[in-house]
Amino acid sequence: MTTTEPTPEIAVDPNAVNLTINGRPVAARKGELIIAAADRSGDYIPRFCYHPRMSPVGMCRQCLVEVEGPRGPMMVVSCMTPVAEGQVVRTETEQVKRAQEGIIELLLANHPLDCPVCDKGGECPLQDQAFSHGPGESRFIEEKRHYEKPIAISDLVLLDRERCILCDRCTRFADEVAGDALIHFTSRGNNTQVQTFPDEPFSSYFSGNTVQICPVGALTAQPYRFKARPWDLEKTESTCTTCSVGCRITLESSRDELLRYQGVDSDPVNHGWLCDKGRFNFESVKSDARLSNPLVRDGGSLVETSWSSALSTAASLIRSAVNAGGASRVAVLGGARGTNEDAHAWARLTSALGIDSVDAQLGDGLPADVLSYPQATIDEAARASTIILLAPDLKEELPILYLRLRDASEKKRSRILEFTAKESGLTRYAWKTVPYLPGTQPAVVASTLADAPISAQMATGSVVVVVGRSNLAESDEYTMAALDAVMTAHPNATVLPVLRRGNVRGALTVGLGRRDAVDILADAVNGEIDCLVLVGADPIGDCPDTELARRALAAIPNIIAIDTFATASSSKASVLLPAAAFGEKDGTTTNLEGRVTRLARKVTVNGTSRPDWMVALELADVLGHDLAMASVSDVHADLVSSNAAFASATRSALSAHPDGVVLEPVRSSSPSRVVPPAAERPGFGYRLVVGRKLYDNGRNVAESPSLAPLAPGSALHMHPLDLERLGAADGASVKVSGDRTSIVMDVKSDDSVQRGTVWAAWAQPGANIGELIDSTKWVNDVKVETL
Amino acid sequence: MNTPDSTNTYPHAPGFVAGDRPRIVTSRFEYSDSYTLQRYLATDGYAGLRAALGRPANEVHDEVKSATVLGRGGAGFPAGTKWGLTPQGVFPRYLVVNGDESEPGTYKDRLLMERDPHQLIEGCLIACYAAGLSQCFLYIRGEMALAQERVAAALNEAYAAGYVGKNILGSKFSLDIVLHWGAGAYVVGEETALIESLEGNRGMPRLKPPYFPAAIGLYGQPTIVNNVETLANLPWLMRNGAEAYTAIGTKTSPGTRMVAVSGHVKRPGVYEIINGVTTFRDLIFNEEYCGGIRNGNKLKAFVPGGGSAPWFTEDQLDVAFEGPQAGAAGSMLGSGAVMVMDETTDIPAAALTLTRFYAHESCGKCTPCREGGTWLERILSRIVDGKGTDADLAQLVEVGTSICPGDFPHASSKRLGLDAVPFPYKMNTICFVGPSAYAPINSALVLFPEEFAARVTKRNMIPVTAVGAAS
Repeated sequence: MTTTEPTPEIAVDPNAVNLTINGRPVAARKGELIIAAADRSGDYIPRFCYHPRMSPVGMCRQCLVEVEGPRGPMMVVSCMTPVAEGQVVRTETEQVKRAQEGIIELLLANHPLDCPVCDKGGECPLQDQAFSHGPGESRFIEEKRHYEKPIAISDLVLLDRERCILCDRCTRFADEVAGDALIHFTSRGNNTQVQTFPDEPFSSYFSGNTVQICPVGALTAQPYRFKARPWDLEKTESTCTTCSVGCRITLESSRDELLRYQGVDSDPVNHGWLCDKGRFNFESVKSDARLSNPLVRDGGSLVETSWSSALSTAASLIRSAVNAGGASRVAVLGGARGTNEDAHAWARLTSALGIDSVDAQLGDGLPADVLSYPQATIDEAARASTIILLAPDLKEELPILYLRLRDASEKKRSRILEFTAKESGLTRYAWKTVPYLPGTQPAVVASTLADAPISAQMATGSVVVVVGRSNLAESDEYTMAALDAVMTAHPNATVLPVLRRGNVRGALTVGLGRRDAVDILADAVNGEIDCLVLVGADPIGDCPDTELARRALAAIPNIIAIDTFATASSSKASVLLPAAAFGEKDGTTTNLEGRVTRLARKVTVNGTSRPDWMVALELADVLGHDLAMASVSDVHADLVSSNAAFASATRSALSAHPDGVVLEPVRSSSPSRVVPPAAERPGFGYRLVVGRKLYDNGRNVAESPSLAPLAPGSALHMHPLDLERLGAADGASVKVSGDRTSIVMDVKSDDSVQRGTVWAAWAQPGANIGELIDSTKWVNDVKVETL
Repeated sequence: MNTPDSTNTYPHAPGFVAGDRPRIVTSRFEYSDSYTLQRYLATDGYAGLRAALGRPANEVHDEVKSATVLGRGGAGFPAGTKWGLTPQGVFPRYLVVNGDESEPGTYKDRLLMERDPHQLIEGCLIACYAAGLSQCFLYIRGEMALAQERVAAALNEAYAAGYVGKNILGSKFSLDIVLHWGAGAYVVGEETALIESLEGNRGMPRLKPPYFPAAIGLYGQPTIVNNVETLANLPWLMRNGAEAYTAIGTKTSPGTRMVAVSGHVKRPGVYEIINGVTTFRDLIFNEEYCGGIRNGNKLKAFVPGGGSAPWFTEDQLDVAFEGPQAGAAGSMLGSGAVMVMDETTDIPAAALTLTRFYAHESCGKCTPCREGGTWLERILSRIVDGKGTDADLAQLVEVGTSICPGDFPHASSKRLGLDAVPFPYKMNTICFVGPSAYAPINSALVLFPEEFAARVTKRNMIPVTAVGAAS
């Protein structure tokens, strides 16, 4: 072995590439495409098919540039050609100009140029680039292509094939990003067109993204069609709080009316994508069913009143409950749907009053100490070599997280090891899917992890456990015990908790998770609660044990509800206060990985609605507790200074980082846990699994006219062989019985359900499966009979 | 049985004339039962395979490499070199036989498959043995019903007789050959589109790079795509050796090749000519081949290498069948299809026929071809209908330039005092279908401008009298 002189300090980066674009030196990375390098150097190259989040296809040929080659300048497509050391690129020569103008002319040849009536006109890449890089006029005098315009390719998206320039963006998105290859090119040559398969609509949860990335007006979304011209839209950046992924979005309004949400490319979170529920539920903000004025019960009915009188009634209800039996007679549920400031103001108020019965979840999540495990971010999960899923169906509950994990698997970065009671959206991308019967999850996880091939895989790199509530009809302790089994086997694993409500993590972090809601409701049934405050919470609709919630609310004399809509629970309220909705208030939110981002107000509130934080501060005032805060920025400042977890989420930090600031880790000692008993096989009937579908009868779907019809409706899903044994036909009505009661549901044949179990979706229009869930039981079994 | 059966001829493939020229791939064409295993075995069948299996695979590969068997599909890339492009140690690796012959005017592979399917099968076996390929896919164009039938029957015979399958001829070499029938799309003749089609996807060309599917091809595995005729050369080569092979033809283009002649000649058909030796004049006028122009007419132009090749005229008759020669003269030999047009030919209409084909066959993937091809067709059909203007003629060139930047190759013309623009062209498209739509138009416009000038509408200028000039 020969010794060499130590290398000088100047380390040569093996991935650095130096090239010249239009005579200026540009530093790039190996593998980067010329078009991306040119974007950074400020040499804009026109493009249609290229999209930085999808693989290049080189179809539109608009990005042709000149590259110096051994035999003189060559025309190459810059979206397909990687940079190379010493490469000389020219984007503005006569030849390039001629080629780019030629392509624009060809693209416009069959384009209808109906810009004056096109929704895209004003923000259209074809229009813009026809001006900036086009020849100025067309010499095409032939008759243009004609198609029926537009055709509905799904319930939400319409396609105008005359405007389409066949760039493959939507079809590529559907196939590559969403995994729903339901639209495709058909026919060929000049008749090539985007189409769905016959009788199979483009019913993807991500269809709205195709509208956003369409470089022309070919794809339009039903909720926005003909609602505004782009130059009339005012935009502000915010964060979606429909679920806890926290996608960055722009709120776009005209004449003080929300008209559209668009995805913003946030590298750590959503990569520019949105799910259709998040994208289109702005309709619910302007629903006529919104509460607009405070209501106070007078005799039997709720009567409109002023804020001051409603607040003093509410305060007197709380005061008299406290006076009668102490703060333990008052409970507060909710706070996970608002902002961090909303939650913090309520945490301060409840602390000031000494109220301990506080929970932001409604027995449908996981114990709050899931946040005390070593935490992982979404990026860390999507880079982990092994992703363990102890989670619900992410495609249904947290669609963008599903996209990120699907991508991790598709790009071969990660292997997914899934433990599930029913096949999920990620099952087809999972490396291994281990089914378990509800009640056996910890044992199944422990024994699976002991397998040699599994531990060999786990040893290849980082392990992230994605953990959430996968079955509402089973105790959450099983999932926690399963998580502990993973952590015992792999102490270096990190945890990504996937609690689903928009700001549940923020609410729990500010202290709105002091007692389990199920225990609070049980107390109420026993007559131990006199006053219940519902902060955007609907226990009857959200608590898995419907019977428990109904009895609890019936037993509580006084209920104060703060909500955007009247709900099953708020109809029992003595005081009903209208709350400002998303898009109507400023603040910050915390996503499931603990990322704090800003949320913005775009439109004025509905009626006299007020944000939750303001209600808390005013109630505090009436109750004689001066919290010394008067504005949302006061509340934010108080949060940052009083809560160590939020120390870095200052106003200036959030302004500097639009992608947000991740909460400081807060370690607490692991609490002692009840070890759930391993459940026997169901003695009679079937073990019940209750999960969620993206579209349900939750308010922001039900009050969005475009989304409401998409809820699949209530049905009992059974394995086809179980169905055969039962002797029921697919679609027949059956009687489903638990210990307490029976309900009648339609049965659906579904081979993603395990034999011996039945699956039903939570909160669907139709029969309510919650009637059969008894939260005092470890697992719930049901009997199914034909009618 | 070993003598040619002169009583049974093939009416659908006229033109074949027996002679004492070297015959590498068409040696069995005069037998009426040439497609049967019985006839094949009686005429040296599978002797090449036997010879190959008796030698180490790399030696067979070297032999093919030293014989410089040029690809007969159009590009003329040496087969032996192509086989060497596969990455080492990556398995499985595949041979895909491109039997999707669909270039206008080309029908040589069809005849090879119809009349001598065993020769193709033997060629596949030799190629797979030499290049270490584990499976062979034979892709036959959808429209070629008889070829499909004959190859399928031959494959069944070959399997039954132990020439294909496990432990071929008692050796350790095993190979399965899978037949696949296309659905009739011109672009699938492009090798990456053919692979897409074989995988069950839309037949659209893949993006380059990678330029060859050798590294990433069928199902993402190393794949060699060879033309039918290329493989049909191998049995003869194995029997007679590289030296005998290179003795025929020229140093750079050894061996023979099949040329399909159509159009206004006395005897159209498929001829096996000698590479680099036979000239177009020989082919068209020699009694041994086509025997001259029909009815004693004069030659006007001819397409030397399939519908997408720029045209030649009598000025290029002495060009021999050798790629570089044809390229320097402004065209290509392509797929070996010669289309002859005599003096009665309506040149704009002839160009329209070819352009219409390519416009129709565009896969629709890239803009210049999808939009430009149809636009060209529509302008040209207006001109042919006598409704075009001078502006339309200029527009044809403009659209052509949007498809192919820079000067498009064309032949020289003594009559017009033009110099040739050599092959190849530059292109803005992914594959050559787009440029192919423009190639016939460019040739016709450059070589026969007067025919277009006569066709366009001339507006009579209305005399203008200056105001005030009267009286």
